[in-house]
Amino acid sequence: MTAGLTPVTDPGPVVDGETSKRRGWGWLLLVPGMLWLAVFFLFPTVQLFFTSLYDPSGSYEQGYAMTWHFANYVDAVRDTWDLFARSFLYAGITTLVCLALAYPLAYAIAFKAGRWKHVMLVLVIAPFFTSFLLRTLSWRTILADQGPVTDFLQTIAILPDDGRLLATPVAVIAGLVYNFLPFMTLPIYASLDKVDHRLVEAAGDLYASPFTGFRKVTFPLSTPGVVSGTLLTFIPSSGDYVNAQLLGTPNQYMIGNRIQSAFLTEHNYPLAASLSLILMGIVVVMVVAYVRRAGTEDLL
Amino acid sequence: MTATVPRDQQTRERPVATPVAPRRSAVRWLADHIVLFIGILVLVYTFVPIGYIFALSFNQPTARSATAQFEGFTWNNWTSICEPEGLCESLQLSIGVSITATILATVLGTLMAFALVRHSFRGRSASNLVIFLPMATPEVVMGSSLLAMFVSVGVDGLLGFVTLVIAHTLFCLSFVVVTVKARLAGMDTRLEQAAMDLYANEWQTFRLVTLPLAMPGIVAAAMLAFSLSFDDFIVSNFTAGQSVTFPLYVYGAKLKEFPPQLFVVGTIMFLVSFLFVIAGEIYRRRRAAALR
Repeated sequence: MTAGLTPVTDPGPVVDGETSKRRGWGWLLLVPGMLWLAVFFLFPTVQLFFTSLYDPSGSYEQGYAMTWHFANYVDAVRDTWDLFARSFLYAGITTLVCLALAYPLAYAIAFKAGRWKHVMLVLVIAPFFTSFLLRTLSWRTILADQGPVTDFLQTIAILPDDGRLLATPVAVIAGLVYNFLPFMTLPIYASLDKVDHRLVEAAGDLYASPFTGFRKVTFPLSTPGVVSGTLLTFIPSSGDYVNAQLLGTPNQYMIGNRIQSAFLTEHNYPLAASLSLILMGIVVVMVVAYVRRAGTEDLL
Repeated sequence: MTATVPRDQQTRERPVATPVAPRRSAVRWLADHIVLFIGILVLVYTFVPIGYIFALSFNQPTARSATAQFEGFTWNNWTSICEPEGLCESLQLSIGVSITATILATVLGTLMAFALVRHSFRGRSASNLVIFLPMATPEVVMGSSLLAMFVSVGVDGLLGFVTLVIAHTLFCLSFVVVTVKARLAGMDTRLEQAAMDLYANEWQTFRLVTLPLAMPGIVAAAMLAFSLSFDDFIVSNFTAGQSVTFPLYVYGAKLKEFPPQLFVVGTIMFLVSFLFVIAGEIYRRRRAAALR
């Protein structure tokens, strides 16, 4: 859709993208990085697939027999579908809340901050250089039963007197939102920053109200940022287990908690492997479907 | 915004607008600034835990309540950072791992970005997919598959610095490629052609034109890689073996008693990164002023 608008924007380099690329041996630059990905990412993933088919009656100490036990997947889904459902529900809500908070922030930085633009950008990133665990632990204190937020909400009667925030889904989702907010803000800002002001003005000249101008011009131009922001928020939050563990109870545990304990505590590798692959599979399918739908395949 | 409105049109409209101006301008002002206020509120919200960490770094804890509430003011935590056993060792390990992983990921990732943006070859989209996949993989899956591989290859005795560097380089790599690619894609190739026209050879063009232009992207990628690596908990939890990085130390401390020195480290991390970014900003402004 931007094709029809290009004459308005800066024509940019006149050189055609394809002809400026050189053929030849340039692909060799890819080799070292690709080897790294092949050895430490693709190979372990394939191996994880084999692990997921081991006979579950084996154990970490005695070793596992390879029996192509596909029933592991059926067992895994039967036992933990509620955790999967909760993970994707929490991740979905987290993504929406992040979008609702990050869009105005990114918009303010791109269009309203003026000479304070870079300062605000720095302020977006700055809190996230402090350890993520320390920040989550301080939320734990802030949201605690005798903490300021709970007291305030009880005073204004939003929360019943015996109500609590910590150890509820609200606390877990609040933690996730907090942790992944910059991953939403920065890509949206990057897209908004590229929006040509003249296009918005043109919409105004053609009698679009500011809101219509936003809806028909600014927002569509920012979709690449919204798409990559939602992905960068949704993917890590669906697999997170730290927030559920620190801010919730086992009733709020997500699939990451289960995978973590199956691997590190129970040493039940076939179960952990099949859960991991199911999670990865669902995420990849959702991401591809979403990116297709949003029409931004070039992100991939 | 009004800059493009023709002058005669402006003067024609002005008398009509004057009678209702006071009320309209107040509404207008609010409409113009409401987004900015919301943005600032969101920023304030992100700073709430930082304030907490900063305050608690001066806390004089009684018994085991270091995480709970402010008991009394003291400088002691700031003068005894290394006192809790293992804290400074964990910081050392984290810094070592992050620097090594950042260098590896930045070098490998920058090469890959150049290959993808500047060269055409078969299998480009397949390569892009392979680079994208680690970003679409939840960390818990990446960590667990790496652990399973290290165990089955029989290097689980070596779990520690080496496996941490391998894992951290892996998850930083894709972010570096994406960041540098974005910078390279926005670069004007005519500048390089001009350099070649002025008899610079390929290497000179690369060193004097291409690399300086790509540098902001590379630096941004390296900073991103460092912060991802330094702060990583989930993948490290799987691949660290017996060694303890700073996030692992914090996590372990949460289960036992929580030394207030951790809040000091958190505050220092915040201040150091803040100084870095501010120095970068001053440098940027000076350059912009010099180029003007």
